[in-house]
Amino acid sequence: MPKPPEQPTTSITCTINGQSVTMDIDPAWRLLDLLRDHLGLTGAKEGCGEGECGACTVRIDGLPANSCLVLAVQAHGRDIDTVESLDPESLDHLHGSGATQCGACTPGVVMTADWIRNNPETLEHDTIRSLMAGNLCRCTGYDGIIDGVRLSIERDANTGAKPCAS
Amino acid sequence: MLAGDPALTPIAGGTDLLVHWPGNTDARTRDYLDLSRLRPSQSEIRWDDDAVTLGAMTTYWDVVTDKRFREHFPILIDAARQVGAVQIQTRGTWAGNICNASPVADGVPVLMALGASVELRSAAGAESIPLDRFYTGYRQTRRQPDQLVTSITIPRHQRTTQFFEKVGSRRAQAITKVGVAVTHHNETGWRVVANAMAPVIIRCANVETLLSSISPIRTPDDLLPAIDADMTPITDIRSTAPYRRTVFAQILFHALRQRNLRVSVDAR
Repeated sequence: MPKPPEQPTTSITCTINGQSVTMDIDPAWRLLDLLRDHLGLTGAKEGCGEGECGACTVRIDGLPANSCLVLAVQAHGRDIDTVESLDPESLDHLHGSGATQCGACTPGVVMTADWIRNNPETLEHDTIRSLMAGNLCRCTGYDGIIDGVRLSIERDANTGAKPCAS
Repeated sequence: MLAGDPALTPIAGGTDLLVHWPGNTDARTRDYLDLSRLRPSQSEIRWDDDAVTLGAMTTYWDVVTDKRFREHFPILIDAARQVGAVQIQTRGTWAGNICNASPVADGVPVLMALGASVELRSAAGAESIPLDRFYTGYRQTRRQPDQLVTSITIPRHQRTTQFFEKVGSRRAQAITKVGVAVTHHNETGWRVVANAMAPVIIRCANVETLLSSISPIRTPDDLLPAIDADMTPITDIRSTAPYRRTVFAQILFHALRQRNLRVSVDAR
């Protein structure tokens, strides 16, 4: 059960990980606060609070966004996907490529990586490295992450696997 | 609503406003007008024969993913791709960038270099203001408190020369230290717009005049008199006035030379 806000003032209805959610919220909440503190979805992390590190990355209507920079009221009517919605199998290639060490950046990294993989048209004019630039990592030096994303895309191409609509 | 409460602040993508939100007591206790439910209707991009109109809620990512901009206005994509990172580009709006009026805005200089204008509407009516006349001082615009930007109009003039150069600490997630947007049109001539150089984003009239003239430009130093006439660069937490002055001349000179524009053939 979500905790009731201290000053309930507005109601929002949105879809979170495919489920319709209606609740009263404090209009001062960020989407990150709503997810972590009131819905138990602690996958998104507050790494910086200023939209630089990407540890709070979610998808809003299919597009990656920093949940620390979104007011919860602006989630009304939107489709929100968090890292909890990802199929663990879709992350297999990141295991073997050295894409994760301490794991602090990993929830955000996999959100962006999964989006790139499911939207290969983004690579017509950008590289994996530049599209991942909004996800900072202190441990891996990035190459392991980029290798893992590239391997998963190559695997899709080899097996003819269709990317999921996102 | 805005007519009734001039202290109401419109919020679109909110990517600048929300920075360090929990600690920003001042911002959290103000009243806001949430524009986000105006998508998708207000984020439409309309292509007419003589102009392109961006709805007020158009994001950077909307432009990056619209192939027509790659063909006709690549300078907009150049700028959009250098704003923050993807997570910011999917939320930040061009109109929000204009109204936020930061001196380091990256959307503003390229729109200004394309001769764009903003359309504003209030209960009293509508008006259109050219972007190069929209700023009146540091973070001050001609938007009245009861007005909302409804669209941005970009004339479809053939500007075969258009480029944006940004200098920052990193290739992404960097705030501009020195920026310049340049376009050239056969009839209307040069537009040179500097961001991060002064308290306001400005057209560099003297640089434009120099580029329109036949005076030889052989080194970056040949640009300095015009640059000095146009602006007194600022020193702030990101950079110093001498750095800005020197680097502005360098990046403008080299960007022109790379494109075989205006720089004398025998330049060393």
